[in-house]
Amino acid sequence: MAGLTGLTLKAALDGLANKTFSSEEITLDHIAAVEASSALNAYVVQTPDKALEMARASDARRSTGDAGPLDGAPLGIKDLFCTEGVESTAGSMILRGFKPTYESTVTSNLWRDGAVMLGKLNMDEFAMGSSNETSAWGPVVNPWRTQGGNAQLTPGGSSGGSASAVAAELCLGATATDTGGSIRQPAAFTGTVGVKPTYGRCSRWGIVAFASSLDQAGPMARTVEDTAILLRSMAGHDPKDSTSINLEVPDFGSFCGKSVKGLRIGIPKEYRVDGMPPEIDALWEQGIAWLKDAGCEIVDVSLPHTKYALPAYYIIAPAEASSNLARYDGMRYGLRVEGANLTETYEKTRAQGFGEEVKRRILIGTYVLSAGYYDAYYLKALKVRRRIADDFDQAWQTCDALLTPTAPSAAFALGEKSDDPVAMYLNDIFTVTVNLAGLPGMSVPAGVDAQGLPLGLQLIGRNLDEGTLFSLGSAIEKAADFRARPQKWW
Amino acid sequence: MAIDAETVRKVARLARIAEPEDRLEPLARELSGILDWIEQLAEVNTDGVEPMTTSVAMKLPMRDDVVTDGGDPARVLSNAPKTDKGFFIVPKVVE
Repeated sequence: MAGLTGLTLKAALDGLANKTFSSEEITLDHIAAVEASSALNAYVVQTPDKALEMARASDARRSTGDAGPLDGAPLGIKDLFCTEGVESTAGSMILRGFKPTYESTVTSNLWRDGAVMLGKLNMDEFAMGSSNETSAWGPVVNPWRTQGGNAQLTPGGSSGGSASAVAAELCLGATATDTGGSIRQPAAFTGTVGVKPTYGRCSRWGIVAFASSLDQAGPMARTVEDTAILLRSMAGHDPKDSTSINLEVPDFGSFCGKSVKGLRIGIPKEYRVDGMPPEIDALWEQGIAWLKDAGCEIVDVSLPHTKYALPAYYIIAPAEASSNLARYDGMRYGLRVEGANLTETYEKTRAQGFGEEVKRRILIGTYVLSAGYYDAYYLKALKVRRRIADDFDQAWQTCDALLTPTAPSAAFALGEKSDDPVAMYLNDIFTVTVNLAGLPGMSVPAGVDAQGLPLGLQLIGRNLDEGTLFSLGSAIEKAADFRARPQKWW
Repeated sequence: MAIDAETVRKVARLARIAEPEDRLEPLARELSGILDWIEQLAEVNTDGVEPMTTSVAMKLPMRDDVVTDGGDPARVLSNAPKTDKGFFIVPKVVE
């Protein structure tokens, strides 16, 4: 990790603005780091030529004083975002070779603001997974290892490539997406910061759809301020997404470091679950103490339907997925496996193109939407979803934000949970409620466990109140003074 | 068990996914395991609760019904598995 790759995004932008170094220089350092990182399997596509071209164009803009807010900063892009002319597979065999002829709105916004693309980041297939093991291109490996151990750990999922690349300094920041915890859980597993904004903040246009009422893009980076800078560029109204919020995007960076004195922080008692490692409980207590020291008022709150969030999610998300993924029929793009007739061609194409977890979820989704089960499963889940959202509305009567652990464990070994779908789903127990209610959430690295692995704390805010999360997140970041970094072994 | 092999066969057919005969039983077990766990939703009282389909409380925006894109068949066809003379080539649909 030599050269300029260890800088924060903020420091890199300052260095570029002061002409301490050029975008070409910092991009070349990143290209070298990415090329030497194959053991992590974080990048599925590397675009060094495009990166250099974008970097040189950025340097030219700097010299004429036309630089944008992200000008010259090399970033990684989760492979769920369609990028024009660059293979975009969403971790799936069915999209192998797919080169979009258009650019997603979020990535367009980043390029508009001058960012440089290093390549596409690995992920669970169609973002369905919590360990990156469902990727058709093999799992991403976490740059962190237990002290003295050499077992390969998961970086979490589904944005595992984004998390691993940010933690291993293979980009200054990355895009990610979060349907049930796919930004926050990997952030916690890799000692990075991840933000899932309010549903509708970032346009979903050009992002491969999983569960459209839950999917939301957000940034991952090494500091809270860096995620604030990225989110400001990623977010914004887009007429091409009918659920895009038509409001001015705040200057999120201005909330970082702001006083949190007098803010009321809710501690939901239902987030104390059986079997949670004592270290995570202790870290939560520590987080409470930090915010108290910073002048916050701590209040106990109850979110009584918390335990029903995951089962509701595992009806709603597969139901939406089964509908969204119907488009992969082998006719207009992607894989086609010829059969004796049209139906057989569909069936063979989808059998070979989709991995096991994706098929499992399509089957569940098809089942819960089928005649005779729609009311009992799907409609029931939508009603439970309302009750979960109501719980939060109740909590906002007495508090301004919530503090919880991000995940019920630290990073686990690859292969450890892959045989038990429900055990894998429980990874998202603390994160999924936020998606169902559409609220913003953030994971901040706050400490390490006895084995030296990072742990995260989650902040949950009111609708559209990312600003308060950035203030609270930077307060925790300052108090935790989290400086641990993975030891380079790759 | 909520789902048997026959149900898996039917659902896989609806979803247009070919599942080999020897996968039907294991899938029935896996899916039943997940659905058994989901059954706990029955404990929640949802009488009179409106189903929540979106977290964005806003009216669906409308736009003028005008052409905004198109006229570029080469781009539309560029990722197709099979094309001929500006058309998608698909299996025979009508006998």
